[in-house]
Amino acid sequence: MAHHEVTFPITDPHEILKLRAGDEVTVQGHIIGIRDRTQIRIFDQGVEPPMDLSGAFLLHTAPNVRKVAEGRYEKICIGTTTSARMVRFTEGLGAQYGVRAICGKGGFPDVAIEPMQRLGMVYFAIVGGAAALETTQIEEIEEVLWEELMPECLWKFRVKDFGPLIVGIDAHGNSLYHDVQARAHDKLKELYARL
Amino acid sequence: MTTITTTDLAGAVEDVAAHLYVWALKDIPQDLRDALAAARDRETSTTGIRILETIHRNVSIADEQKNLVCQDTGIAVYTCRVGEHFPLHPARIYASLKAGTARATVEHPLRSNAVHVLTRENTGPNVGHRLPIVHWEFIPDWDGLDVKCVPKGSGSENMSFLKMCVPADGVSGIKKFVLESIVDAGGKPCPPGIVGVGIGGSADYAMYLAKEAIARPVGTRNADPLVAQLEDELYGLLNETGIGPMGLGGDVTVLQCHIEHADTHMTLNPVAVNYQCWAARRASAHIAADGSVDFDREF
Repeated sequence: MAHHEVTFPITDPHEILKLRAGDEVTVQGHIIGIRDRTQIRIFDQGVEPPMDLSGAFLLHTAPNVRKVAEGRYEKICIGTTTSARMVRFTEGLGAQYGVRAICGKGGFPDVAIEPMQRLGMVYFAIVGGAAALETTQIEEIEEVLWEELMPECLWKFRVKDFGPLIVGIDAHGNSLYHDVQARAHDKLKELYARL
Repeated sequence: MTTITTTDLAGAVEDVAAHLYVWALKDIPQDLRDALAAARDRETSTTGIRILETIHRNVSIADEQKNLVCQDTGIAVYTCRVGEHFPLHPARIYASLKAGTARATVEHPLRSNAVHVLTRENTGPNVGHRLPIVHWEFIPDWDGLDVKCVPKGSGSENMSFLKMCVPADGVSGIKKFVLESIVDAGGKPCPPGIVGVGIGGSADYAMYLAKEAIARPVGTRNADPLVAQLEDELYGLLNETGIGPMGLGGDVTVLQCHIEHADTHMTLNPVAVNYQCWAARRASAHIAADGSVDFDREF
């Protein structure tokens, strides 16, 4: 298992191509928190996101926070949600806004593999539920946009040593989720025969 | 033992509801910690080991920093066992549970997850129309109240499955359905967790039973030996699927499989599956008729 350090947002798309399904990654820089309602607003309601997403790392999250001043929030507990609910936004995020990485837990179904390959995107798997740890790796909440969608706003976090992340789907058409599911379905046939 | 005493019984129930909700979110029960340690010891996949180690690191950090284990504070589900002679009407108990849930959400503060089902507008501090959810059991010849809080996050609750099997499907039909449900769920419900299976009753009751099953201490067995045997067998079969920690492959797919059952109609065979993530949060307390509280009593 190779280990990579990647800083986001990325400027060189080739960095994404170095990442292979199964590799471990630690992330530095800035990541964007996004969620169901945020993406429904962008794609279904046609509202342009109020921040630049090119080269971005998107984290599927809706944090626990405390408001400390107008537009300022401090973290309480920030963790990651199930990605599969949001898979249909993948192509738009890559093609229209230049997003390069999506991070969540539980993986994306196979429908995401082709657009991610075509657009040079990766899916990072985080350890779901490990929010206490994640919170320590988020140094600061720098920006909160679309506050009225609380907690499903657009969040800009500055992170340090964010991870461990596993490359679940790479930009070469490989998906660990696909492989695990395929093997499990073969195994089910064997198990059913024993019942 | 933590004991609080108040002359205001409704206030005591409210305090208990607030305390249990936050406590469950911060402090993983010991049986679960043991099960996670055993899981790390028997996992052989490199990625799986890395994930289980990260889970342990997370639990330690939550302990040290007194932070929530997971950001998804869920919806609060309470189970109440109310004694016939407990001197507070269930309607008042419900109002107190609701007030306690809201108070914990505002005071901590916890994330507000509750929304209207059609408008999806947030309804505030994790209470609303028919929220929190409370299940009731009434006990004759008793004057106590047991309250258990099981916050359910969406990753695990979205992985709930119901099948109205038919009698001709037999026990193997039950096994197949549980297996296919957990394979379909894959990494979404934060495996390795606890698979709760409810068998019998009616469609709605089977799901309630599945939810009671996930809230049992890890590895406890159903009192009916036939059902206990099925728990053992399903636990083994589920771990042969190779789904592994976080659905990325490995030996440990589930920490346990628990089953609760009820007798049913001769032509019915409802089977419900409810998943509880690895954090499998729960907390319970006993409230005596005089308002004194024992937080260490599990049920």
